[in-house]
Amino acid sequence: MKIIVLMKQVANKDAILRINKSETWIEEGDLSHEVNESDGYALEEALRLKEKHGGGEVVVCSLGPQRVKSVIKDALARGADRAIHVVSDDTAQLGPYAAAKVLSEAIKDEQADLVLTGLQSDDNGYAQTGVILAELLGLPHATIVIEVDASGEGLRVKRELESGWYQWYAMTRPALLTIQSGISQIRYATLKGIMAAKKKEIKELAPDAEALGAAAHQRITKVYFPQKTKQTQFLGDGDAKAGAAQLAEKLRTEARIF
Amino acid sequence: MPNGILVFAEHRGGAFNKTSFEAVAAAQQLGASLGQPVSAVVLGTDAALASQVATYKLDKVVSVENPKLSDYTPDGYADAMERAVRALDPQFVIMPHTYLVRDYAPKLAARFGKDLISDCVRASVADGAVTFSRRIFQGKIDADVVANGEPPVFATFQSGAYRADQAERGGEAAAVESLPVEVGEVRMQPEEPFQEVKQAVDLTKADTIIAIGRGIKGQEHIALAQQLADLLGGEIAASRPICDAGWLPIDRQIGSSGQTVTPKLYIALGISGAIQHLVGMKNSSTIVAVNKDPEAPIFDIADYGIVGDLFEVIPVLTEEIKKLKG
Repeated sequence: MKIIVLMKQVANKDAILRINKSETWIEEGDLSHEVNESDGYALEEALRLKEKHGGGEVVVCSLGPQRVKSVIKDALARGADRAIHVVSDDTAQLGPYAAAKVLSEAIKDEQADLVLTGLQSDDNGYAQTGVILAELLGLPHATIVIEVDASGEGLRVKRELESGWYQWYAMTRPALLTIQSGISQIRYATLKGIMAAKKKEIKELAPDAEALGAAAHQRITKVYFPQKTKQTQFLGDGDAKAGAAQLAEKLRTEARIF
Repeated sequence: MPNGILVFAEHRGGAFNKTSFEAVAAAQQLGASLGQPVSAVVLGTDAALASQVATYKLDKVVSVENPKLSDYTPDGYADAMERAVRALDPQFVIMPHTYLVRDYAPKLAARFGKDLISDCVRASVADGAVTFSRRIFQGKIDADVVANGEPPVFATFQSGAYRADQAERGGEAAAVESLPVEVGEVRMQPEEPFQEVKQAVDLTKADTIIAIGRGIKGQEHIALAQQLADLLGGEIAASRPICDAGWLPIDRQIGSSGQTVTPKLYIALGISGAIQHLVGMKNSSTIVAVNKDPEAPIFDIADYGIVGDLFEVIPVLTEEIKKLKG
């Protein structure tokens, strides 16, 4: 089974974000990055499927500037067989349709049995790129998948619905699945894996110019910190212990919890 | 010439989702600001369902019909909606940002060579132009977005962005039109939806909830939060990453995929407050947030906030409460 996993690099979850001067995006300069959380689970699922079904190939594909190589190398160290890096410096404002179009041009000749992505990115959070990619590749898809059974000719996938409900879908293969976080425990890269990764192929591709250059269907005009809906009383003024003591008092006198 | 606003009303097995009527409210407000008529679409096998939506103040309700629409599938819904949108030629298509819409709507938009303006929290109109606001970076930042290019514009609204009870009812029922459509090959077959074994812990009954997030750093530190919960007679709960890591069982997860709670006191320790978590607890009476990041979205809905290390806060808070309780 040949499985392609799309992985995105995003701003570190704990990063303190600053707005850029033109108020159109965040200040990227001093930002640290990490792999998009659910994409990490998509890779893990691909590796497990390959192991379970006696081989095949796991190919990682990532779109972005040179810094995304760290995501690619980490994926190769964990066990992916090779990688495709679609190199583009300016992807922050790329809409999901354009991103899907660029990615479809990059992977369409691979003829994968399965394409896996995370369910949404932790930065733009469109939750669309995977589904649009499926449409462009002519594949059936399922989103928010938490279990994959590929033992038969087709697929059976368990989808998460809202409020604790689930549903199984039987579907044809090849297919595209967007994977929910927490589907399994993510493995660590071993030293052996890290050494082996150095010999694995990373193919660099230029993005399809037409797809990249097409007019965006949505444009960010301004970014800003959300307005607060509640008047929060901040306690301790930076001193956590003093804040804790004040909080105990407030919980008794104002909130009347005890 | 495209005109009007089309709102997608979602149902499962004949039961309409509350967020569908939030979307109706959003579409009505947009329609009023733009001076455009608002119609609704309901997908199914016959017009019976559509009449439930026709009680709202709408130009008409279009019942989009095909036997293949008896159960939801992304292939079936994308085909049917594509034909409905082409037939009705609206300027805007408004949908609730539910799991079902997330599943098929990007495919629908792609048929028109575009994407969705997804998960919006607001829309405003100035000089006839619409600005949509989306929350990005897991709720830390808002982005104002405008649509480019030809209509239709596809937009989805986050649960809670508009109130369902603000959707206006009509004086008399709106006209219901049947629109039979072709649906092509459906490549997936759904089985019956189900719930996992009944949840062992019912957090909805708890008066006090101590919830932990990534900031707790390790399973061994949960005991610290547990002590505080025991002292206050509360339950321990968590955001998704903690349950994903297996540090607490999934029946203690709060949020869109877990339980929705409204306790008297909710203490969020090391939880940044992604929307998926906030929807599960934002209506709690008193909310306390402890987080190192002063910009964490959890503070937007907190009554009391401490910017700092939870490992400094919890021991002091526990001691002080002990003292005050005598």
